[in-house]
Amino acid sequence: MPMPANEPALLDMLKEQFAAAIQEADLSATDPWIQVAAEHLPAVAAFVRDHPQWRMEMLNCITGVDYWRDETTTANVDWQPHIELLYHLSSLARRSRLMLKVVLPRWKEGQVGQLPEVPTVSHIWRTAEWHEREVFDLVGVQFVGHPDLRRILCAEDWVGHPLRKDYQPPAEYRGIPIA
Amino acid sequence: MQPESVSATQIEYDVQTEQMLLSMGPQHPSTHGVLRLALRTDGEVVLAAMPHIGYLHRCAEKIGEKLTVRQFVPYTDRLDYLAAMNMNLGWALTVEKLLGIEVSEKTMHLRVLVCELDRIASHLVGTCALGLDLGSFTPFMWCFREREKILNLFEALCGARMLYNYVVPGGVMAEPPRGWLEQCRQFLDQFQPVIEDLHVVLTTNDVFIRRTAGIGVLSPQTAISYGCTGPVLRATGVCWDLRRHGEPIYTRMYDDYQFHIAAQTDGRYPQHGRQPPVPGSAVLGDSWHRFYVRLLEIGESAAVVRQAIDKYSRLKGAPSGPIPMRTKLPQAAAYLETEAPKGQLGFLIIGDGSAVPWRVRIRSPSFCNLSAVEEMCRGCLLADVPAIVGSLDIVLGEIDR
Repeated sequence: MPMPANEPALLDMLKEQFAAAIQEADLSATDPWIQVAAEHLPAVAAFVRDHPQWRMEMLNCITGVDYWRDETTTANVDWQPHIELLYHLSSLARRSRLMLKVVLPRWKEGQVGQLPEVPTVSHIWRTAEWHEREVFDLVGVQFVGHPDLRRILCAEDWVGHPLRKDYQPPAEYRGIPIA
Repeated sequence: MQPESVSATQIEYDVQTEQMLLSMGPQHPSTHGVLRLALRTDGEVVLAAMPHIGYLHRCAEKIGEKLTVRQFVPYTDRLDYLAAMNMNLGWALTVEKLLGIEVSEKTMHLRVLVCELDRIASHLVGTCALGLDLGSFTPFMWCFREREKILNLFEALCGARMLYNYVVPGGVMAEPPRGWLEQCRQFLDQFQPVIEDLHVVLTTNDVFIRRTAGIGVLSPQTAISYGCTGPVLRATGVCWDLRRHGEPIYTRMYDDYQFHIAAQTDGRYPQHGRQPPVPGSAVLGDSWHRFYVRLLEIGESAAVVRQAIDKYSRLKGAPSGPIPMRTKLPQAAAYLETEAPKGQLGFLIIGDGSAVPWRVRIRSPSFCNLSAVEEMCRGCLLADVPAIVGSLDIVLGEIDR
């Protein structure tokens, strides 16, 4: 897909509109991306959906990634522990793509067990309704304002969020042993 | 109450019916796998439909974090097991995008060949299962007969009938055996009349039209907002197909191929006049159009396979093979969507420098297509639920992952 024309101007426009909400960006990358402050996500999302120079009318996918690290990590990585949410958007009208990135702490206010929070975008793209449920279910992120935030793939009474890197599966579920 | 003072219409209005919660599935034959639909009904009218999924969840993304990218290929087979070649291809291309690999032209033609054959097989199931849901048994037998021939071809190619592990990062697992391309051509020659037969028994069948036309209408705006893709999106009149509109690593495979995108634009489908006409009762975005788009795509894919056979046999040399088993991934991410038979299949791979990905994400087309079912079923009749769910052509293996 061709990239949006005149990239620096597009980014300047966003920065002018949202100032500090735009934390980092690279629109010339193979997969162009913008990092947005969590609390400003819905405003930026609505803007890139509706603005005629973006028209990101489709939300393809939401991904939650747990960048976890402690003394047992085998991977040779240097990141500070955090959660990243990746929103892959595309514009059918302009044949372009964009990724919004939101960085969250692994736990809200550093309290283990308190899920980090981000405002929902389910009122902007309906896709988000199920995708946010899945990220909540598997990665453990609280989507504030979601109309029906329940688990979607795991059982309702499942404990924990399996795609967290430090997740420990339970020994059994309702009397069924889990190997 | 004074009976004589009540008119006939008032009687109908005054009758109170009780709302009922009806559970359809998880093993209902017309839900295409272990899907449960909780339906709130008032008599025959569906007031709300809520899908419950996850019965087939096998932690595919978690498994992806434990295996090398080569080892994960068989797991992609088990996403949409009715179109495993296309699942393999999506994964292989995403790995190749991450590693910056380009496969040879000969390999690309072979990949196009197997993936379009696979698209035919998948659409045969999609169209005939919808017919079966609505009580039409004959086309089901015909479609499965033809699909069987494709599975035989794939068995000769790679030894497996459904879960191929054939298209792998770097290339393909094996060269086609001697005479295989000729067998493909023979299959296509005898297959062409079958498409015409399906148009007779389904497309223009009055009962089938009455059951599907005007049912489960989806507007293009709603479809896009729900992330609906593939035939579901194209049936709303949006001309969008990643084989033409995707990323270069994918579209270049199809650059030399002639085919039409099966979507109605300016009130007409491509090759208008050479296909059965759209019935007057059909509304753009309804179940009938979703069925029709798939049937047209079968014809288009057959034409692509023919071209692929010619292009492949004209080139010298052998197709390329897989990358080494423990190829290290860079500390980078790659996301790629391809046009699988059900819609846009996306893979995201995040590498951390080792051979095993840090994170694997699978964007399932059926997952998004199914989420629109709440919208489509609201206010429909109970008997129309199979006509709507069936026309979405979902596969639960890929929804639940």
